[in-house]
Amino acid sequence: MILGHRMSQWSSKGPILEEDIAMSNIGLDLFGQCRMMFSYAAEVEGQGKTEDDWAYKRPEREFYNVILAEQPNGHFGTTIARQLLFSLWANFMYRELMSSNDQTIAAFATKSIKEIKYHLRHASQWLIRLGDGTPESHQKMQEGLSSLWSYRHELFDIDEVDETLIAAAIAVDPNQFKEEYENRLKELIAEATLQIPEEGYRAKGGKEGIHSEHLGHILSEFQYLVRAYPDAKW
Amino acid sequence: MKVLKDLSKEYIYQLLEAVKDPEIPVLSLKDLGVVRDVIVKRSSVQVIITPTYSGCPAMKTMEDDIVNHLNSNGIEKVKVITTLSPAWTTDWMTEEGKKKLRDYGIAPPEEATEDKSALFAEPQKVECPKCGSRNTKLISQFGSTACKALYKCDDCEEPFDYFKCLK
Repeated sequence: MILGHRMSQWSSKGPILEEDIAMSNIGLDLFGQCRMMFSYAAEVEGQGKTEDDWAYKRPEREFYNVILAEQPNGHFGTTIARQLLFSLWANFMYRELMSSNDQTIAAFATKSIKEIKYHLRHASQWLIRLGDGTPESHQKMQEGLSSLWSYRHELFDIDEVDETLIAAAIAVDPNQFKEEYENRLKELIAEATLQIPEEGYRAKGGKEGIHSEHLGHILSEFQYLVRAYPDAKW
Repeated sequence: MKVLKDLSKEYIYQLLEAVKDPEIPVLSLKDLGVVRDVIVKRSSVQVIITPTYSGCPAMKTMEDDIVNHLNSNGIEKVKVITTLSPAWTTDWMTEEGKKKLRDYGIAPPEEATEDKSALFAEPQKVECPKCGSRNTKLISQFGSTACKALYKCDDCEEPFDYFKCLK
């Protein structure tokens, strides 16, 4: 949801019209996916909540997204780097979740991977086009990639809840495909004539609800209407 | 009001012919392959649908349209159930639906000839729905809605939407 919101912020601000539409559509897919999961969470919890409760009524500390997702859009190269790091991970994650013991999650993954493949392709093609483009596009793509590079590690962090679900074969340990992920990234970076960035600040804590300064700003905009006009209908 | 004992699955399917995709009004939900099943229990009807794209904003409208249409035909107890599995694919679009799309100016989904995971494969050559030429090029993977890509015909020079093949 947070990444979907970030992508939606490109609406009307894309570098070209086609990209404006592409990024809005990617955001829309991500929103659709999170709605399915939030609805399912509400159903499993059985307390009469709806998807909106998870989206609009949780405070910042109850959001458990990875810190990568909330990082600012930056320039187009930064957004492409963020989308690549995430979509590649999601592609492998959903591939594994297709055989989850939980049928709803398996169906969700089977549905969503089709969309994620398009997102991954979009980000990979831009990485290569910009990296292997002009000196300026190369430099900006490198800069975007380097600024977010070490945020990817958090995608592989697991906590006790994950461990319980992994043991029940409902969830999947992402570390089983980390090598595949790293190798694929390196291939793409080489193809784009970019350098593999040095490891830098390693984000962690999203799963415990500890975020970067950006999430609060996102939520204040995102949840404004529902908080200012409780139970508003639209 | 319709006599309720006459309710049959076939009759409901027949009624559903009239419910159109809100974004592509020439296609019925049946043509689109969104209606997966109809269950009739005495006077109540359940319609099982599956979303095309997760974020498709038209899904809610489709649900409402189904309920309203059946209600207006005298069927009061209507429930629309969304199922995710098996996931929707463009293979479920009927031939009739594909023809209607083409006539409407949208290129229907074609069997992908390339490996989807191949990054640098030439994008598919799609037939222009206006002049029938295959001398077309992909402008953007993402078009006016999530399910469409934007193409341009190099012969008649018209831009057109292509309904993406989803498997």
